[in-house]
Amino acid sequence: MRRRKRILQDLDQEIREHIEMTTQENLDRGMSPEEARYAALRKFGNVTRVKEDAREVWSFVWVEQLLQDIRFAIRVLCKSPAFTTIAVLTLALGIGANTALFSVVNGVLLHALPYPDPDRLVALYARTPDFIHSTIAYPNFLDWTRDNHSFSALAAFRGDGFNSFNLTGHGEAERLPANMVSASFFPVLGVNPVLGRLFTQQEDQLDSEPVALISEGLWKRKFASSPDVIGTAITLNGTLYTIIGVIPSSFHYENDNFTADAELYLPLGQWNNSLFRDRRTAMGMDAVGRLKPGVTLAQANSDMSAVATHLAEIYPDTNKDSGVTLVALKENLVGDIRPSLLILLAAVGFVLMIACANVANLLLARSTVRIREFAIRTALGASKGRVVRQLLTESVLIALAGGTLGLLLAAWGTKSALKILPEALPRANEIQLDARVLFFTLAASLIAGILFGLVPAFRSSRTEVQETLKESGRGGSSARHRTQSVFVVVEMALAVVLLVGAGLMIRTLSNLWGVDPGFNPHNLIIFNIASTQPFGETPSAIRAIFRQLHDTISSIPGMQAASLTVGSQPMQGDSELQFWLEGESKPASQAEMKQTLFYITQQDYLKAMDIPLKRGRFLQDSDTENTPSVVVIDDHFANLYFSDKDPIGAHINLDVLDKSAEIVGIVGHINQWGLDSDSKHTVQAQCYFPVAQIPDPLMAILSHSTSVVARTAQISALPVNSITLAVQSVNSQMVVYGTESMTGVISNSFADRRFAMILLGMFAALAVILSTLGIYGVISYVVGQRTHEIGIRMALGARHGDVLRMVLNQAGKMVILGLFVGLLASLGLTRLMASMLFGVNSYDPLTFLAVSIMLSFVGLVACYIPAHRATRVDPTIALRYE
Amino acid sequence: MSTKEQKERIELLQGTLDLLILRTLLSGHAHGHAIAKAIEFRSDDVLQVEQGSLYPALHRLIKRKWISVEDGTSENNRRAKFYRLTPKGRRQLALETSKWDKLAGAIARILGPAEEG
Repeated sequence: MRRRKRILQDLDQEIREHIEMTTQENLDRGMSPEEARYAALRKFGNVTRVKEDAREVWSFVWVEQLLQDIRFAIRVLCKSPAFTTIAVLTLALGIGANTALFSVVNGVLLHALPYPDPDRLVALYARTPDFIHSTIAYPNFLDWTRDNHSFSALAAFRGDGFNSFNLTGHGEAERLPANMVSASFFPVLGVNPVLGRLFTQQEDQLDSEPVALISEGLWKRKFASSPDVIGTAITLNGTLYTIIGVIPSSFHYENDNFTADAELYLPLGQWNNSLFRDRRTAMGMDAVGRLKPGVTLAQANSDMSAVATHLAEIYPDTNKDSGVTLVALKENLVGDIRPSLLILLAAVGFVLMIACANVANLLLARSTVRIREFAIRTALGASKGRVVRQLLTESVLIALAGGTLGLLLAAWGTKSALKILPEALPRANEIQLDARVLFFTLAASLIAGILFGLVPAFRSSRTEVQETLKESGRGGSSARHRTQSVFVVVEMALAVVLLVGAGLMIRTLSNLWGVDPGFNPHNLIIFNIASTQPFGETPSAIRAIFRQLHDTISSIPGMQAASLTVGSQPMQGDSELQFWLEGESKPASQAEMKQTLFYITQQDYLKAMDIPLKRGRFLQDSDTENTPSVVVIDDHFANLYFSDKDPIGAHINLDVLDKSAEIVGIVGHINQWGLDSDSKHTVQAQCYFPVAQIPDPLMAILSHSTSVVARTAQISALPVNSITLAVQSVNSQMVVYGTESMTGVISNSFADRRFAMILLGMFAALAVILSTLGIYGVISYVVGQRTHEIGIRMALGARHGDVLRMVLNQAGKMVILGLFVGLLASLGLTRLMASMLFGVNSYDPLTFLAVSIMLSFVGLVACYIPAHRATRVDPTIALRYE
Repeated sequence: MSTKEQKERIELLQGTLDLLILRTLLSGHAHGHAIAKAIEFRSDDVLQVEQGSLYPALHRLIKRKWISVEDGTSENNRRAKFYRLTPKGRRQLALETSKWDKLAGAIARILGPAEEG
């Protein structure tokens, strides 16, 4: 605006004229020239402020002032690089940690699932008397699909657990991670193929043409992304499959029974397996459905329970007392992790608060030096608001610099954290620095900047101009010192809470590791073997291969014992079998039968796992398809079903196997369900069955893959590919995959707790470091302020010890108050993490005590250094000081 | 000027200065000093205007287009800025005056009986 510019330019002249006119009048009234001018000026008021106010009328002043403030702030900050660096780094740590954790919370909890209309997706499970979330029998799934009125479609899927799909004819033979899915699976999730088409209903049936969908990754890797891939035949396990479509690489689905990063999808309905089609068995199959528009989860629940009741009437032997469990898909994925993530978010917020308190303290200490600057600015006409604004600009600038650096730290830190603990989090692939995270960082920086800037700014602006200009800048120091002490107490208290939290998690983890799993996980490895060809053409050929595998693997140097293991595997997967005791009549329904965990193994399983034999004998090499069926039970089984009788020699009738087997031995109970929760689980009885005695019709499910558990003398001493070489000496078509140490398996079973422990530990360490620096800074400052006084005291005969005691006394008060407040806060807050703890109370006295001792020690050391320096004060110099 | 004397003068209410300026300019254009003097004179020096604060107020009124500004020459032959009421300002003055009367009347009614009693 031109008018604005002209008016403002002329304002100076106008004011000068105005004052001169008044001066002239005053002269006319007989004042002396000097008096006249002075009175005129006084009558006019503060010229600078008038000009400022006039400018303000016309602008955008705040923009100009902001730019001015920013320029000035940058100059000021550059002039004290040490202060600026420390402040920025402190905040970078605080904001970085917060950004990293928020990006996790954002990706895992806040983001919608990556499917269209994701809120209508529901996970479905079978509900049995013992299991709320159980896998589904395929015939039941078909009936659910037909009978329900709530879902626009239901889809079933299973990973390649028993099956293994091995590709031949395209370079070296390889096992392709695969999923079997119903035709409705991709449509329910709203996934479209990048090329070709999806399965038709017709293809999801027995005896239709073998067809396959491949992943975009496999398409690139094996077919050079050629569009001609559609219609190409590939050989899987010796059968020709026609490729009909390519699934985009952006597609992800997470479920225990869904193979992540699958390269191959096959129609579930084509799986010709008698057990799969048996209503009595559920072969690791789960389901997902899409609710019809307008149908709520509650309505779907009552609909499905009607469906289940109807099925129970028709098939009482299998479906009695069973139902359907529905969980919103997102809740199903992240429900378990939500509480720990929120606790971590709160914890990391504490770290930022400590960082803010620290920087606020730095600013307070610095304002001593700058107090004359503020006084002069005020005297020159700057309003208090203006000074506060200037100081806030500086602190927000520091915070923004810290935030930017923190963002880099977060980007790096999140990536490394996820690499260390990939099992800890669902939806880990969705964690990224997106717009929402950037906004969070910006907001956190601004809020932090205002938070730590506000108190020092107001303190500084409140200085009495005249006092300050008269004294040489020592005004208000005791008030400032009190504020600093309050900050230190708050920092200490927050650090206590974080340390207690971390301490409780450390105790939890050590308790978990202290749980005896019933077997020895050290030097124990498990791995899987798959074969491109069936292990054998006939059941007896397969049995022969299994024996050969056992012998070959056992004879690897450094290998002490090995056994095939199918069915239940501790902390990895469970398999249950219904049975009834000898002498009982067969119960009418599965629900009325007894139930046991079912382990299909070879004779050396006990030795490999290091499970104690209690009575009788374990399975033997001599238990073959030609000898009477035998089982070995654990002592829990024995106590539960044979409390007063001797189980050895008794027979049990195994439902699905349709066999009667003699109990020949009792072994120790092993931990199936996880170190923390095994005893809480309803299914506890355990039963071992020899691989060789699996009935012929069921051998088919073992024909392409199996797992092996093996004890080594020293796990690290085992040559990397010695197992592969041994296995391939049996048959060159076999591949070994998924090799893991049992300690790794156990540790993964509480990966979420380890994740929480590691993060809480890191946050607590940061908190301790920052608050220690805080105490150190404040005590140094206080000692600096009291140099004069200390000098006098020493001149009057105080000894080193007295001075030391005096300073430590003051510091000790802060430390003890901080501890006290922190312990009280911990008592309230750690209760929130009770669900994450194991074997330790949220108010665990030992943890509280250890934290108190540790922090007092650290706090006193931080104080001792400046206190000791105080005793070195030379009275003659101190008295000359200032 | 003693502190006591200052306190007996009345501080201007927020926005009142604008009204006084408009009223002053009703009788013709004037420069800043003259406006300040006029306000003091007419109020028998009761109203204390820190003269400087006049200028931001003038600028505010210009921005709202209630007054206009033009260059001119003052009585002692100096270059000066003269402020003049615009038609819009005239309407505003009428509006503000009637509002002020209402307010003053209301306050007088509240305070009145107390004086009598």
